Amino acid sequence: MTAYVIRRLMQSVVVVLIMSVIVFFGVNVVGDPVDMLINPEADQEDIENAIRALGLDKPVGEQYLYFLKNAFSGNLGRSFIFGEPALQLIVQRMPATLELAIAALLMAVFIGIPLGLYAGLKPDSSTSRTIMAGSILGFSLPTFWVGLMMIMVFAVMLGWLPSTGRGETATFLGITTSLFTLNGLQHILMPALNLALLKISLVIRLTRAGTREAVHQDYIKFARAKGLSPHRVVFVHLLKNILIPVVTVIGLEFGSLVAFSVVTETIFAWPGMGKLLIDSIQQLDRPVIVAYLIIIVLMFVTLNLIVDILYSILDPRVRLGEREA
Amino acid sequence: MNKRSAPTLSVRDLRTHFHTKVGVVKAVNDVSFEVKSGQVMGLVGESGSGKSVTGFSIVGLIDPPGRVVSGSISFQGEELVGASEERLQKLRGNRIAMIFQDPMMTLNPVLRIDTQMTEAIRAHRDVDKQTAWAEARDALGQVGIPSPEERLKSYPHQLSGGMRQRVAIAIAFINKPDLIIADEPTTALDVTIQAQIIHEAQALCRKTGTALIWITHDLAVVAGLADHICVMYAGRIVEEGKADDIIDRPLHPYTIGLIGSVPSHNKRGQRLYQIPGMTPSLLNLPPGCAFRNRCKFDDQECLIEPGTTKPVRGRQVRCYHPQRAETVT
Repeated sequence: MTAYVIRRLMQSVVVVLIMSVIVFFGVNVVGDPVDMLINPEADQEDIENAIRALGLDKPVGEQYLYFLKNAFSGNLGRSFIFGEPALQLIVQRMPATLELAIAALLMAVFIGIPLGLYAGLKPDSSTSRTIMAGSILGFSLPTFWVGLMMIMVFAVMLGWLPSTGRGETATFLGITTSLFTLNGLQHILMPALNLALLKISLVIRLTRAGTREAVHQDYIKFARAKGLSPHRVVFVHLLKNILIPVVTVIGLEFGSLVAFSVVTETIFAWPGMGKLLIDSIQQLDRPVIVAYLIIIVLMFVTLNLIVDILYSILDPRVRLGEREA
Repeated sequence: MNKRSAPTLSVRDLRTHFHTKVGVVKAVNDVSFEVKSGQVMGLVGESGSGKSVTGFSIVGLIDPPGRVVSGSISFQGEELVGASEERLQKLRGNRIAMIFQDPMMTLNPVLRIDTQMTEAIRAHRDVDKQTAWAEARDALGQVGIPSPEERLKSYPHQLSGGMRQRVAIAIAFINKPDLIIADEPTTALDVTIQAQIIHEAQALCRKTGTALIWITHDLAVVAGLADHICVMYAGRIVEEGKADDIIDRPLHPYTIGLIGSVPSHNKRGQRLYQIPGMTPSLLNLPPGCAFRNRCKFDDQECLIEPGTTKPVRGRQVRCYHPQRAETVT
């Protein structure tokens, strides 16, 4: 197990390195930040000074090595716009994005699994058909459109929920989040639901498919033949088996929740990392873009590892140490 | 056992049909039999003859679109057809237990053996975890599993097929049921393991007085095990009687064919006999005797469904032309 984790960590380092190369050189191809940053009326000397100050006078390869050297000491560069370290900018915005993603994840789990289970156990009931039709809508409607419709209906027409911002935050156990205040919860409800919609649909479909397959398995019939209560058959024998694929997907999808929050954060003016990324792209703030993408890659890699470890806990047949990674 | 004692299980005119989109599949069509306490009944037939469906009908585990449409299943005098799900749940695993065909599939892959055994005890009896665990350990010992304490902590995938089937048998016997329905429990196992499993099941039944229904397609298996045999064909019992009588003097042409197609050492070098044709589709059975198209004795009479003959020394056959074995093979 320990050897497995170490091996996986080393692989992760390679992935992050490769990713940093692609991102760094990719960003250097698009646009010239100098045009964005400097007053067009500045003279040639000012422009050259600015270019030198930003380190843009050197060849790209050299810039990359310089970046890499700093990155190993935790410095991912300084924002062109804000003049602050890019990492710090992102970390400041991270709690807002994470709370949004976690709220969406919880919705996906606590709405998706029960609905999927119901639809799988009673496939012919009209409720199940409604659930499945709803999940198709959840899959196919574009997130930004749903977000706009939600704002129109619940914020503008009905006036039930606020449409922008994070609301009041509270600090508990060192974590500052809007999940701990009523006002904050009101603010997070719509964006989280908007972000979660796709994942709820996905979890419903996965759970339903798993359930439909498992109910015909002999071990379910055998559990019933033992005279166990239907409750125990479903929530112990069945659920524990179908949770294996569901946990995998949910774990991996958490990364995409954070990534997709770009759209939702823009619509609901949620002050998170996604909004920072969009602003940075528009202003060609290269260090922030690079730092953001590298952090996202790190997160995906970590999530993958966590999923694999969770897998081995859920499924006794998976033993991490013995497997070729 | 007292011959006059009331049967543990009495099935009368049972019909279990599956209402599918393409038509009604009459999987079990007018089946009657009895099993007495301590007796082993062999239910023999080809795949699709309705023997497993008969077993599942008894415990009320027929899933839609299947349904017991008529008949009676009387277990120790209690009618099970139409009984509430709660009542059946109380009987299942407690008074009537089942053993399934494929030991690789019957145990839940993600639950430990002890969980799967103690839950069966605690579903029916109010005992604490330690007592249930100790009982599970003893039960494993009884079916010949070495170091049961260790085995209890394993997951199914850590045990061999034979071991898993022993675990399943231990679970079936754990609440000392009055009836066990074993659905081809040895089909998926090696021959040597088969013999051990059969021996163990037999010994446990003798000891506890449990009635046993042994469902199989293998006449050789039931020959040494069963007291009584029912041969099923296309959802009907075509012949029943004492095991020795059936094996030695089969009357129904189908039974004769079945016995003739068992490889045995006194027929070395000869071509094996095979019953011509195929099992008819249960979806649209031809009128008359279902075996008619594969039978060399069929005539005008066979176009009308034959009834069951009056029992002679517990022997019944559903045929107009009961045979002697010599005339065919």
